[in-house]
Amino acid sequence: MSAARRLLRFNPRLLQSRTNKRTAAVTGAAATPPHTSVGNAVLFSGSAQCRRPEGRVTVHFINRDGQKITTSGAEGDSLLDVVVDQKLDIPGYGACEGTLACSTCHLILEQEVYDQLGHIIDEEQDMLDLAYGLTETSRLGCQVCLSRSLEGATVRVPAGLFDMRRADSSGSSSSA
Amino acid sequence: NKNTPKVCIVGAGPAGFYTAQHLIKSRQDVEVDIYERLPVPFGLVRFGVAPDHPEVKNVINTFTQTAQHSRCSFYGNVNVGTDVSVKELQQAYHAVVLSYGAEGNRRMGVPGEDLAGVHAAKDFVGWYNGLPDNRKLHPDLSCETAVILGQGNVALDVARILLSPMDMLKKTDITQPALDLLAESRIRRVLIVGRRGPMQIACTIKEVREMVNLPDTRPEMVAADFKGIAEAVKEVPRPRKRLTELLLKTALDVPTEKEQEKRSKASRVWGFRFFRSPVEVLPAPDLSRAAAIRLAVNRLEGSGEGASAVPTGEVEDVPCGLVISSIGYKSLPIDPLLPFDSRKAIVPNTMGRVQKTAGVYCSGWLKTGPTGVIGTTMNNSFDTARALLEDMDSGALDVSSAKPGSQGVTPLLEKRGVKPVEFSDWEKIDNEEIKRGVAMGKPREKLLSVDEMLHVART
Repeated sequence: MSAARRLLRFNPRLLQSRTNKRTAAVTGAAATPPHTSVGNAVLFSGSAQCRRPEGRVTVHFINRDGQKITTSGAEGDSLLDVVVDQKLDIPGYGACEGTLACSTCHLILEQEVYDQLGHIIDEEQDMLDLAYGLTETSRLGCQVCLSRSLEGATVRVPAGLFDMRRADSSGSSSSA
Repeated sequence: NKNTPKVCIVGAGPAGFYTAQHLIKSRQDVEVDIYERLPVPFGLVRFGVAPDHPEVKNVINTFTQTAQHSRCSFYGNVNVGTDVSVKELQQAYHAVVLSYGAEGNRRMGVPGEDLAGVHAAKDFVGWYNGLPDNRKLHPDLSCETAVILGQGNVALDVARILLSPMDMLKKTDITQPALDLLAESRIRRVLIVGRRGPMQIACTIKEVREMVNLPDTRPEMVAADFKGIAEAVKEVPRPRKRLTELLLKTALDVPTEKEQEKRSKASRVWGFRFFRSPVEVLPAPDLSRAAAIRLAVNRLEGSGEGASAVPTGEVEDVPCGLVISSIGYKSLPIDPLLPFDSRKAIVPNTMGRVQKTAGVYCSGWLKTGPTGVIGTTMNNSFDTARALLEDMDSGALDVSSAKPGSQGVTPLLEKRGVKPVEFSDWEKIDNEEIKRGVAMGKPREKLLSVDEMLHVART
């Protein structure tokens, strides 16, 4: 039995916003393999079969410690795909594997990039509501796809709860 | 290797796994053993997350990788507190992390709470999710109205499961006995009741949107509950604003033609009721079961998140046959030698370091109280792991002496007739559940008793 459990899921909202190589219409059997990671170990990438070497887009990630990482992905890859494929060191990033069920892939974009990306569906906005350190130019990395117009963009990984509230050992106010 | 730092974690839910993950990733020498009361891991991801939220369960993939890491071991079927004491764990390991969550309930504390027909949400959720301790719940779903006390996401999960069409539920990993009972359910109306007003509701917008969009249902709210809300919503932070706007729209706006058509054809009703606290569950004439709930009418003092509910003296009786109390889970103490704050129902700690108890830490709901989604628990657990790692680095936690780790525990367990379930044994249970699920057209058909789980694990 393979190490990664393939959960059957069909997320029409993702298909609506773009072609997502990582989800597949499910009628019963196999779904596109998810990205999984422990720290930096990646089992496999769902986007490998669609990659076109000439369509690479360069993006810069500023990590929580201020470190700048320059990397790239294929056109059509989501920023979550890039983090996983390039094994970027962002603990806990993408917990729900791009299914709009968490906010751990939260990224802060530059204003111009944010503006040109356009409409955000309700389901993404709903998850962004729960993100720590939400800003006016925040997006979920699993919903932002690389295209030529993102070439050279810089995205920032926001501070996590443990960065913002070190002295406070009490719980958050959101419900389970 | 006797000289490596050895940490044991009590509880194999998200808190336990995220703590383990961070420790293993941060130091190449640390070994982590995770002890779990049940034969199966994953805690509330398996037993709490609603069956129709499979995406939320994707974290199981990353937890599985952690469990399979060479420096991590899972020991299921071991009850810390009865099979082995925390003191014995402290002797065997350099550090102990308590991540066993909240397996108790906050009680309403009203007369009639123990009548048939009244259930804690934790037990009802445990029942449809296959928690062995709840398999005999047999809730009576033959009444027309169900009242849920509490308006958090757990309350909304219960409402949604009670009202979802069968063809949605039957494709999920909800247990077959629950599915069979729900198929016969006569419940047509679910009221979700809160002490305070619309702007203090504890659930999140995703769950409200799911109720609004639930097929074959229509919302039924009290317009007067929303007096003054449209004005007040203008000044609040974005998450509260968007949620309140959705509530306002659902309660007050003239529906679109399509929505109106849906509402007119709907066979099931749901609604929030605000400014109401339970004061008594009223019995049927033969005193055998619940027949109504008496609610105190409140008014709000103050505004915003800190507003309080003040009784007006008025009461209101709502006939119903099912009462679900969804006012919070509650952690329980497992060892009298450990400090425990019974008022807050948490282990007293500073940033995950248990007070007055060197070498013992806590993460997850046991640390901060029973609220928060998986992402909250992730951050909480990473925080505890960082405190533990800091203590290792600074010498506050002495890892220089050799400790036996599990080799100091398994002989004790053997002597006591306790046989741990290893992760590869869980994988047999997992495979069996998936296999049974295929036959039912579901992702899995869960094994429902510890005996059955152990039987499959040992084969």
